[in-house]
Amino acid sequence: MHMHKYEKIWLFFGIGSLFVFLAVLGVGAFAQGNQPPSCLTTIDPEKVDQTPPFDKPGLVKTGDNEYQLNIVASAFSYTPNQVEIPKGAKVTINVATKDVIHGFEMAGTNVNMMVEPGYVSSFTQTFDKPGEYVILCNEYCGAGHHLMTAKVKVVE
Amino acid sequence: MAKQQLSTQTKTKVEKTSSLKGTLASVFFLGFFLIFTWVSVYFLFLDRL
Amino acid sequence: MMSEVRKVDARDGKLAMAHIYVAFIALALGGLCGLLQVLVRSGKFTLPANISYYTILTTHGVLLGLVLTTFFIIGFQFAALSRTAGTLSDKVRFWGWIGFWTMTIGTAMTAYYILIGEASVLFTFYAPLQAHPGFYLGLTLVVVGSWISGFAMFAHYAKWKKEHPGQVSPILTFMCVVNMILWLVCTLGVAATVLFQLLPWSLGLVDRINVLVSRTLFWYFGHPLVYFWLLPAYMVWYVVIPKVIGGKMFSDSLARLTFILFLIFSIPVGFHHQLVEPGIDPAWKYLQVVLTFMVVIPSLMTAFSMFATFEMYGRSKGATGLFGWLRKLPWGDARFFVPFVGMLFFIPAGAGGLVNASHQLNQVVHNTIWVTGHFHLTLATTVVLTFFGAAYWLIPHLTGRVMTKAMNRLAIIQAVVWAIGMFFMSGAMHFAGLLGAPRRSAFSTYGNAPQALEWIPYQIAQAVGGAILFIGIILVLIIVTNLAFFAPKGETEFPVAEVAEEAERTPLVFENWKLWLGITVALILIAYTVPFIDMIQNAPPGSKGFKLW
Repeated sequence: MHMHKYEKIWLFFGIGSLFVFLAVLGVGAFAQGNQPPSCLTTIDPEKVDQTPPFDKPGLVKTGDNEYQLNIVASAFSYTPNQVEIPKGAKVTINVATKDVIHGFEMAGTNVNMMVEPGYVSSFTQTFDKPGEYVILCNEYCGAGHHLMTAKVKVVE
Repeated sequence: MAKQQLSTQTKTKVEKTSSLKGTLASVFFLGFFLIFTWVSVYFLFLDRL
Repeated sequence: MMSEVRKVDARDGKLAMAHIYVAFIALALGGLCGLLQVLVRSGKFTLPANISYYTILTTHGVLLGLVLTTFFIIGFQFAALSRTAGTLSDKVRFWGWIGFWTMTIGTAMTAYYILIGEASVLFTFYAPLQAHPGFYLGLTLVVVGSWISGFAMFAHYAKWKKEHPGQVSPILTFMCVVNMILWLVCTLGVAATVLFQLLPWSLGLVDRINVLVSRTLFWYFGHPLVYFWLLPAYMVWYVVIPKVIGGKMFSDSLARLTFILFLIFSIPVGFHHQLVEPGIDPAWKYLQVVLTFMVVIPSLMTAFSMFATFEMYGRSKGATGLFGWLRKLPWGDARFFVPFVGMLFFIPAGAGGLVNASHQLNQVVHNTIWVTGHFHLTLATTVVLTFFGAAYWLIPHLTGRVMTKAMNRLAIIQAVVWAIGMFFMSGAMHFAGLLGAPRRSAFSTYGNAPQALEWIPYQIAQAVGGAILFIGIILVLIIVTNLAFFAPKGETEFPVAEVAEEAERTPLVFENWKLWLGITVALILIAYTVPFIDMIQNAPPGSKGFKLW
């Protein structure tokens, strides 16, 4: 098919840029491990309270400077809803829901994942900056959706 | 090869009456805007790692 | 049979207008909901009489995302087919009406259950939030109605092909057919989840639902849905705008290639809406990210074609210099100016879309109000302004009237108002989203969290922008009402451009539907089979329904 010379130049540049983006994303995801949260662990949504680690939600130290933060989501709250994290800690956040879909988001960070009944959502984040972060629900879950919140303090 | 002749003729005509310099400049402007936006958010992502 | 039909037959016009009336009624009601939403989110206003924010939000999404778009598109396409492939046969028109009434009854039913508060589940209706069965049934009727109309369109196309053996079909007809194939293939997903999962579950026939499967089927539909909105806008850009400005189509073949690429690449990409959810292996997500980036290519081609059309026309009028051709464009003609504003907004819209689909970058913006800002650029500006611009000749063409100078001026003002309103609303949404402000949420300070307090100025900017946009909606309703009922009688052209002389002949391969459908299905199977089997084989216990509003 005939194509104008300039259009060829443009498509070469445009498609080339797309592949550069894809390469940057691919290297970040597969070589450096920055994959989006995609935990494959399942859980019975009606037995979240009895299933470890969600039977005792909260922050657990698992190693030198390594932690697990286990959170139960339900309409319209997070348990626990106040957490203190030592600065520099590498925290694996696990969230499970007892009812509908929720959106677990720690504003101002890359922690942002869907929480769906039947699955554990998990993401590991290192907290280098001290401060207060708000956790909210960013997927509509009912009348009190906008009241669903928790607070994380990163302390020295 | 009458067909070939015809196409060369058309080509000269095209270049004279319809230069697409402005189009090329416009789409590249668009392309740079896309790259700028993408790179900005990419750095925001890296900053929040 | 070679003589071209210039005018849409009056009976076909009635069918198209019926769709357009419903579309603009949806715009009026949905727009009002939008105004209420931005006011609530500013924190300065609460809804009276215990009306729920989420009922309003559901109404807004369903009316504007599903009803306005689907009705306008089907009406527009019936008119386009009648104009370019000849008057519809009585049978095709009959089925068109059946499709129209099926969709309309479905819409009324859906709206009823939303408004009585039995279906505040937003337009994505994610399980296990459970709406009244009537809500799902209404949506089913809307989709089934659109299928009936789709098959009527295919029948019309088949008749044309039979009468013109070996000929390339008129380009608008071709484009309508591509869009309806896209629609049919993608709505199979939403039909599957509604008919086999949501309806039986809401009726109590089954107890539990597989949430991830339902979401995946929804998003198999959800992304091609946005291309189903976009392609009619592209039809206007490729075929109508060149004629309006007095120029020619840049290339018939490239336009068709663009549409075929959309058909092939717009479906196997639904995972880019599910990038941050559990239960899907990230490698499969990445594969669909790659495919999503491929669907950018036809838009890159479209950008070039549009600028080239404008530049070729400007230069043929003696324009010189790099950008002299811009000055030759008919800026005072609403049929050109309004869609042109839409085109400009597609640049930031596309940039935002690239970010959304960028695998791990999605974590920055997922479900933040950035996303709302994004699709208010794509759908609510690019597509909708193009539809408005098309309505300004389509409605008078169909009703036998002409647009007055005053209305043309008002239409230009309308587009400027829209651009200003959207600049504030969508701009504020994008920035607030990067800070973390969520979408689909009523006003909240999250316990006076300092971060949430930072978002309030942006939310006020959204309210200002939204209020300006509402003025834009009032203006367009005035224009449309005028064109439908009050404008002076006369003849208005349905503009269809010819191809530039230097463009080559269009090959017939573009109408090798077996080939394109085959590739489409193959890509869908490659992108979805393994992860879908995974989801079912490793399924967790299902979910009971919840009504939490």
